[in-house]
Amino acid sequence: MSTPDLTVPVAASAAPPWRERLTTMAPVLLLAPSLVASFIYVFVFTLWTLYLSLSNSSLLPTYGFVGVDNYVSLWANRRWNIAYTNLFLFSAFYILGSMAVGLLLAILIDQRVRGEAIWRTIFLYPLAVSFIVTGTVWSWLYNPVDGIQAFVRGLGWSDFSFALTANRNTAIYAVIITGIWQSSGFAMALFLAGLRSVDPDLVKAAQIDGASTFRTYRKVILPTIAPIFLAVAVIQIQFAIKTFDLVAALTRGGPGVSTTFPAIYVYDLMFQRGQIGEGAAAAMMMLAALAVVLVPYSLWIVWRRQAEGRDG
Amino acid sequence: MASIALNDRYDPEAAAARRRYFWSRFLVYAVLTFFAVIYLVPLLVVIFNSLREQPEIAQNGLISLPRSFRLDAWADAWGSYCISGTCEGMRRNFFNSLWMTVPATIISTVLGAINGYILSKWRFKGSEVLFNLMLLGVFMPGQISLMPWAFLLGKLGLTNSTYGLVLIHVIQGISFTTLFCRNFYVSIPDDLIKAARIDGAGFWRIFRKIILPLSPPILIVTVIWQFTGIWNEYLFGVVFTSGQEQPITAALVALTAGGTTARAYDVMSAAVLIGALPPLLIYLFGGKYFVRGLTQGAIK
Repeated sequence: MSTPDLTVPVAASAAPPWRERLTTMAPVLLLAPSLVASFIYVFVFTLWTLYLSLSNSSLLPTYGFVGVDNYVSLWANRRWNIAYTNLFLFSAFYILGSMAVGLLLAILIDQRVRGEAIWRTIFLYPLAVSFIVTGTVWSWLYNPVDGIQAFVRGLGWSDFSFALTANRNTAIYAVIITGIWQSSGFAMALFLAGLRSVDPDLVKAAQIDGASTFRTYRKVILPTIAPIFLAVAVIQIQFAIKTFDLVAALTRGGPGVSTTFPAIYVYDLMFQRGQIGEGAAAAMMMLAALAVVLVPYSLWIVWRRQAEGRDG
Repeated sequence: MASIALNDRYDPEAAAARRRYFWSRFLVYAVLTFFAVIYLVPLLVVIFNSLREQPEIAQNGLISLPRSFRLDAWADAWGSYCISGTCEGMRRNFFNSLWMTVPATIISTVLGAINGYILSKWRFKGSEVLFNLMLLGVFMPGQISLMPWAFLLGKLGLTNSTYGLVLIHVIQGISFTTLFCRNFYVSIPDDLIKAARIDGAGFWRIFRKIILPLSPPILIVTVIWQFTGIWNEYLFGVVFTSGQEQPITAALVALTAGGTTARAYDVMSAAVLIGALPPLLIYLFGGKYFVRGLTQGAIK
C-alpha cells in the first residue's frame, strides 16, 4: 500500500526537470521547421543550381560534370550579352528615373498640400497592382495602332510618332518608362517618410538664416536623408535584376531579342529550349549580380550600426 | 524685383511676396496634377474599355471617352471567354489565385509571428546568426530555386497544383514575415516578458496574453504584404502550372498573348481589372498600413 505514496513524490520530483527541459526546448523546436526550410531554400537550392550549372544537363537535370562549359557558352551567346547589357541600361535609367520622380513628388507633397492622402494614394496605387497588369495595359498604350500614337494623331497631329515597342532600338525605353511609372510611388513613399523624419528645428534654423526653399532642401534636408537614397537604390536594383513579369507582359523580350533580360533568358533556356545546365549558369549569374550589390550594402549597414553603437 | 516694387505703391514687398506665394503654390499643384494624370490615365483607359463596345474601341482607339455602356465584357471575361482552347473565362484562374493566396498568406504570417516572437523574446545561443541566415531568403532570386522546386514538387506529386504553389510561397514568405514580426516584437519591452515569467506564465501564455494583443499593426502589414505579393506573383505560376490550374497572372498573359489581329480589348480590359481588383481593394482599405509595411524595412 505504500507504493502509491512513494510514486507520487517520485513522479512529482521527476516531472519538473523533464517539463522544464521541454519548456526551454520549445522555442528551438518551434523554430526548427522554419529554419530547416529556409536553410534548404537558401543553401541547398543554391548549391543544387550551382551544381546543375556545372553539369551537362539538357532537357532533364543530369549530373555529369562539365566544369565551366555552360558559363563559357553562355557568355559567348549574343542574346545573353544583350540581356546583360539591357539589365545595366534598365537598372541605371529605372533607378535614376524613379528616384528623380519619387523625390520630386515627395518634396511637392511635403509643401503642406491639400488632400495629401489623395495624392499619395494616386501615386502609390500602381504598386499594389502586378507587373503583369501594368505591363499588359502599357503594351496596349504603346501599340501604335490603338494606343497613344493613335490618340494624338486623332487630335489632329497627323504625323506624330510614338511607337517605342515596335522598334528594336527603343523598346527597352518602353520597359524603362513603364518600370518608372510602376515604382516611383514607392520611392516617393520612402522619401516622404524620410523628409518627415528630418528635425524641424534644423529646417527652421536654415530658414531663419535666410536660405531659400530650394537651398534648404539641397543643403540641409537632402543630405540628412542620404541613407534613404541608398536604400531606395538597393531595393530598386533588386527589382531590376529579378525583372521577369514586366518584360514578359510588356514586350515578351521583343521585338526580336531586343528586350531580353537575364530573368527572361533563364526561363527560356530552362523551359523552352531544354538547356537546363546553361539556364542554371544564367541563374547563377543573376545571383552574382545581386551579390555584387547586396554584399557591400549589408556590410555597410552592419558597419554603420556598429559605429552608432560605439558612439552611443 | 525692383521694378515690380516701384509699381506697387501700397505695400510693395507684401504684394510681391503674395504673388510669389501664389505662383509657387500654383506650380506645386500644377506639377502634382500633371503626374496624377499620368498615373490615372492607364487605370481610366482600362475601366472605360471594359465598358465600351468592341466596334467602338476599334473605331476610336483605346484612349477615348466611352460612348456606349455595357457589362457584357465583364461577364465574358469572368465566365465564357476562350483562353487557349477552353472557354470558361477567368473564373477558375481567379479562384486558383484565391486558394493559393489565402492559405499561403495565413500560414506564412502565423509562422512569421511565432518565429519573430522566438527570435526577439526567447533568444538562445546563435539565434541572431540563424535569423540573419533566414534573412538571406528575402534576397534569393526565384530563378535560382526553379530546378530544385521542379524536382521537389515532382517528388511530392504537387506539380501543376495550387498546393505546390502554396508550399513555394509559404517557404519563400517565411523570411519576409519573420523579418517583419521580429523587428516589431523587438520594440516590446523585455521587462514585460520578464514580469510575466516571474508570475509563472509560459511560452504560449505570454504569446497569447502579451504579444498577440500588441500585434495587430504588424500582422496587418504582414498580411497585406504577403497577400499582394503572392497574388501578383507570376514566375512560379507560369513555370509550375498550366491551363486550368494557372493562377490569374499567368492566365492574363496567356489571354493577351493571342495574335495581333482583332484584339478583344473590351474583354481583355475586364480580365485585367478582375486580376487587379483584389490587391487594389486591399490597398485602398489598408493603404496606410501598406505604406508602413513598405517603408518599414528600408528606413530602419
